[in-house]
Formats: sequence, C-alpha cells, structure tokens
Amino acid sequence: MKYISEFRRSELAQGLLTQIQRRSKTPVRLMEFCGGHTVTIFKYGIRQLLPETVDMVSGPGCPICVTANADLDKAIALSQMPGVIVATFGDMLKVPGSDSSLQEAKAGGADVRTVYSAMDALKIAGYNPDKSIVFLGIGFETTAPTIAASVLQAEEEVLRNYYVLSLHKLCPPVIRALLDAGELKLHGLVCPGHVSAIIGSRPWEFIARDYGVPCVVSGFELLDILQCVDMLVDQIEDGRSRVEIAYRRAVRPEGNKQALKLMNQVFEPCPAQWRGMGEVPDSGLKLKKEYQRFDAELAFDIKPVPTREPAGCICGDILRGVKTPADCKLFGKVCTPENPVGPCMVSSEGSCSASYLYGVGFEG
Amino acid sequence: MCLAIPALIKSIEGKEAEAEIGGITRRISLWLTPEARVGDYVIVHTGYAINILDQKEAEETLAMLEEIARSAEEEG
Repeated sequence: MKYISEFRRSELAQGLLTQIQRRSKTPVRLMEFCGGHTVTIFKYGIRQLLPETVDMVSGPGCPICVTANADLDKAIALSQMPGVIVATFGDMLKVPGSDSSLQEAKAGGADVRTVYSAMDALKIAGYNPDKSIVFLGIGFETTAPTIAASVLQAEEEVLRNYYVLSLHKLCPPVIRALLDAGELKLHGLVCPGHVSAIIGSRPWEFIARDYGVPCVVSGFELLDILQCVDMLVDQIEDGRSRVEIAYRRAVRPEGNKQALKLMNQVFEPCPAQWRGMGEVPDSGLKLKKEYQRFDAELAFDIKPVPTREPAGCICGDILRGVKTPADCKLFGKVCTPENPVGPCMVSSEGSCSASYLYGVGFEG
Repeated sequence: MCLAIPALIKSIEGKEAEAEIGGITRRISLWLTPEARVGDYVIVHTGYAINILDQKEAEETLAMLEEIARSAEEEG
C-alpha cells in the first residue's frame, strides 16, 4: 500500500461513475471548498464525467487567493524594513498587492526567501542572528499547527529573532458566512480533507444540521472525489443530511488532538479579512498573549497604505462561487499564470490557474 | 496549499524523522504526530507529518470500491 496509485484505478472510477449515474435523479449543485480538490477535478475532467444532474462549483479554499490586499501590503511593507528577512511559501511571491508584489520587492533588493516549511524559516533565523526573520503565516487549519510548532520550537531554541505575521484563516466560519449570504444554493459540500485531518469531521456538523446541506470529507485522488460525490448524491436522494468521511485513511472524527493542542496553545481566533467576503468573525488566528513576542504585527511598526484592487478582476466573485473564470474578461487574455492580475491565477490551486492549466473556461 | 503527501518513516531521531516520499528521502517533523513509529505511513504537509495513515481503513475503502465496481458491471 503506497496510498497513491491504489486510489487512481480507472476500473474502480468507472464503477463509481456508473453508480452515480444510476442514483442521481435530482439536479444538484455541489461545492468543493478546497483548491486541492479543484485541481484533482480539473486534472481528471471529473465535471465532464459526471451526469448532467450533478453541477460542481469551486469554493474559497485557497489561502493565497483569499488573503486580502491589506494583509499582503503588510507583508510587502515588512520586506522593505532594514534588517528584516521575509520567509514565505513560494505561491505568495507573485500575488499582486495594492502597489507591488513580494517578487517585485525582492527584485528591488528586499530579502524575501521562499521556503518549503516553517522549519526552514527557523533555520534561516538560526543562521542570521543579527537579522529579524518574519515568516508569513498563511494557510488554513492544516498549516496553522505547523506554524504553532515552529513558534514553540523557536521558544525552546531561544531564537529571539523569529516572528510570525499571522494571516491564518479558519474554514468552518467562512462556510457559515457563505451559506448565510445566500448567494448560492448548495445541495452538498465536499469538505477539505487535510483541514479535516487536523480538526476532524465534527466541526462541519452545524452545516448538515442547521443548513440541511450534506457534508462529506474527501481525499485528493481520483477515487476519493468520485466516492465523495457518490456519498453526497446518496444522501441527497435519500433526503439525509449529515457529515460523513470518505477519506477514512487520513481523517478521524476527532481530528489530530496533538495538532489541535499546539494550535490552541499558540493561537486564538480573531476576525479576519477575506478577499471577496470582507471581514468574517472568528475566522482568523492571532498569537495568544503568552506568545506575543513572536507577533510581527506588534514587533514592527507597519504603516497602513491605501489598498487598491486590480481593475476588472473578479477573483472575489469566483472565490464565493457565484462566478467562474470563464465569466472574467481578463481570463487567459490579460491575466495568465505568467502575468497574473488576481490571486486566483497565481496560486496553483486557484480556480483561474487550474482552469488555465487544464483548458477549462476558454469556451466563451 | 493544503497539499499533503504520503511518506514512509524510515528512522526517527527526537522530534524529527527521515521519511521516504516517492523514492527520495526527506527530513520531516514529528511535532504533530509524536506517536508515529518507523514503518508508519504519514501524510506530510510543508515538512510536518499531520496524521498517520490507517492501512486497515484504506484497505476497507478499496474493498468497498471494488464491490461497487463489481455490482456496477453485473447490473450493466
């Protein structure tokens, strides 16, 4: 068992598709929250394989894409400060802020370093005791515990020059906000697999209970997505609405208790700004009082700059699932992965980038 | 961004491990999965093992999918 090729077997995919085609009677719209799921769906052409009754829309589950320009501007401002090294996951580099991007800042002489892991940022801090290292804490519940661990490790190793700009986002609150907005009628939710590996399946229960929207936690391979759609169609046709786990090899109802413990030790919920959705209560994480000395927002005097959104960009609407990349006038013409206008074209998991790569959205 | 891939733990040293990911060996952190042991498959996100994969569950899922494929073919 290698946990990859086993979950890509085409004869099993065919079996699931046949079962979905037989069961699905009611026209439904399912949302895949997570950008990783969007990539699998486009890569295998799953939308085209599903019966006409099953419509799939992409949600806001791309942390790079939902980072507000005001927050991105803070990261760029930090990179301009003397003695500061900004360490970040690679996808952030090309995202256009109000006036610039981290990549442009780097080209202009700022010390911006791409890292694969928070562990690498700690190493940079260790090698550069005379510099301040600011790690951009971007990601959902999957990533936040790794950054919590890095803060605790920095404390253990007495690294006094390691800081985190905490721009983390939490998934269940934003789904609540999306459902409350009522712009989109959803019949089922493909819940994010690796967020759920940390938080478990229980935090999704309010969606099934209070909103009557069935939820199934999915993995990221071809069979995972099809199995998840099959389970959602099954619930919808039976008139049930509950939370189920398709990705059982990686997700338990209670999540990863150790990861949750570290995350809750270091961070606490706070309001957060989402691109396209504005401020969502309790949907962000900030460093707790005991760990405030690691907080880049408090350690550095970041001057706010007026924020601007790129003209014509509809990333906000795409992130809410009310528009698709095909609806955007800039898509594939002005806005390409080489010269992205909006963040959904930058991140490899953004809807626009995935659409461009797999040739979806050019029809119109 | 929440990309995480399976890795096989080859050796453990304190809170870190050497793990094989698709044929190459990487150093990963076990801060989030201190119960992981040599021989376990974990899923790795940005260098951290975020959970141990459950082989029994994986086999049960595949057996169920095989059953679905069989009955789809028979009914077809």
